[in-house]
Amino acid sequence: MTTAIKDEALRLTDAFVAAGAMPVETDILLPADTLLDLYGEDVRGRAYVTTDPLRGEMMLRPDFTLPIVQMHMVSRADPARYTYAGPVFRKQEYDETRANEFLQVGFEIFDGKKPCAADADVFAAISGALKGLPLRASTGDLGVLTAAVQGLRTTDACKAALTRHIWRPRRFRALLDRFGGRTPPPPSRVALLASQDPFVDAGPAVGLRSREEVEARLDVLRADAAAAPISSEELALIDGLLNVREKSPYALSALRDIAVDMPAIGPAVSTLDARLDALTKRGIDVDTLDFEASYGRTSLEYYDGFVFGFAAIDRPDLPPVATGGRYDALTAVLGQGSAVPAVGGVVRPDLCLALKGAA
Amino acid sequence: MMLKLGVPSKGRLMEKTFSWFGDRGVTLRKAGSEREYSGAVDGIEGIELVLLSAGEIPRELAAGRIHLGVTGSDLVREKLANWDVRVTEVALMGFGGADLIIAVPQSWVDVDTLDDLDAAAAAFRAKHGFRMRIATKYHRLVREFLRENGVADYQLVDSQGATEGVVKNETAEAIADITSTGETLRANGLKIISDGLIHPSQATLFCGRKADWNDSQRATFKALQSRLGV
Repeated sequence: MTTAIKDEALRLTDAFVAAGAMPVETDILLPADTLLDLYGEDVRGRAYVTTDPLRGEMMLRPDFTLPIVQMHMVSRADPARYTYAGPVFRKQEYDETRANEFLQVGFEIFDGKKPCAADADVFAAISGALKGLPLRASTGDLGVLTAAVQGLRTTDACKAALTRHIWRPRRFRALLDRFGGRTPPPPSRVALLASQDPFVDAGPAVGLRSREEVEARLDVLRADAAAAPISSEELALIDGLLNVREKSPYALSALRDIAVDMPAIGPAVSTLDARLDALTKRGIDVDTLDFEASYGRTSLEYYDGFVFGFAAIDRPDLPPVATGGRYDALTAVLGQGSAVPAVGGVVRPDLCLALKGAA
Repeated sequence: MMLKLGVPSKGRLMEKTFSWFGDRGVTLRKAGSEREYSGAVDGIEGIELVLLSAGEIPRELAAGRIHLGVTGSDLVREKLANWDVRVTEVALMGFGGADLIIAVPQSWVDVDTLDDLDAAAAAFRAKHGFRMRIATKYHRLVREFLRENGVADYQLVDSQGATEGVVKNETAEAIADITSTGETLRANGLKIISDGLIHPSQATLFCGRKADWNDSQRATFKALQSRLGV
């Protein structure tokens, strides 16, 4: 870690302090079980796992989100703004040229009262700190797609299945095609549901998943089969929504058009509108700001509203220089019922410096 | 410098490797007593036989400490990140065939596809408060396969042997393991997910890409390739 990178990290920290953040520190060694429960098995492919004889499996901090949220759950300040700077560690399974240890400087806001203002504050603070670098900002809002799924005229079970896979575009598409009748159900399922006694070849139940759980799922499958397919009009609206990719004002108007036929996304579109106003007030030129409805769907599954990233314009080989978004659902899970809406972002000082050197 | 060929040091995999080479006019044999782990090669000059555990051959190839190696294609893919830039397949040897698959209890009549597995995992997590456990020793292959196929709400638990028994013992709900006939799976009340074939494995002759080869080693490899017809 060079002094220049540390200086760049200090500069970013100062910028976030100027935006009202309190500097905080967190542990580097984190308990693995909480991270695994939160992010799933994929985090094992990204984080270094080690063991402590007494504490069991630990992970080298893959990002700051979890420890910062946990810290906030104890302090419970409201509203609260934090900044942090420190190393994170990422296993690289495919690309040896990518760093496996680098500094992150972050800015997080926990504020349930004015979410759009908080979104805009985080974006504007990071955008301001990166001023002058050859970067292109992208934005999205997973709240719009989530609202669209909730508004579909189908069973709650189908909506829940789709919502669960918002962050896995391929499985989402496969489910949508099946719930919409575009692909037929697998033959094994048709045969199972037609069978007089589905348990004829079952043998004795082994393992923790009980016969009752299997029966409960058979009921779900029967309900799925009996439900009317999602209409082709609604499927077309979802497709249209996912394809929205324009400068923000045009994206807003495209989404308003979709909202005429899909009123369920109305509140989410109004939120987007309010956020663009809040960004404008903070000096962001939203007329040139890209908006993609699908942006952020392939990240780890915790952003669930506003999402953004800053990528180097002439360096497609570099990872994003900054990323961030809203993660209300994650704080709800960690807060065990007491949700604290939160939005934040991180910047990589090493990449800022690389771009400055090239400029 | 000799060209180093690593082969499995015991069991059927060793015997079949010896006869595969033998059928092609290259005799591999253990030197000295049956218990000794050193070998000899007859029928071609310039090759040194190294007897190793099949599980260590991928690592030795990648490190360049052996030039050629015979091991299961499953082990190379599991143990080497970016395996195909670190080793090259020289010949599929047609034995040691076994499939890495996902299996669940036969009593799960509602689960036949990965789609079912994913839905069952979601319901399981909601009911039991933890992610559905899949026991395996092939962590990388299974994780990549499930990620590609969009299966969520599972966790991998390590099982280095007798994996078919973990479901009965309630230390996992499903398994991902190697099977050739499926006999052991059935005997333990398990069935294979129909679209859950992760990798069809077989014994394979690999060539490491890292080792610094000199001209005589290259010539030896050419001669070996032409003798083996690969």
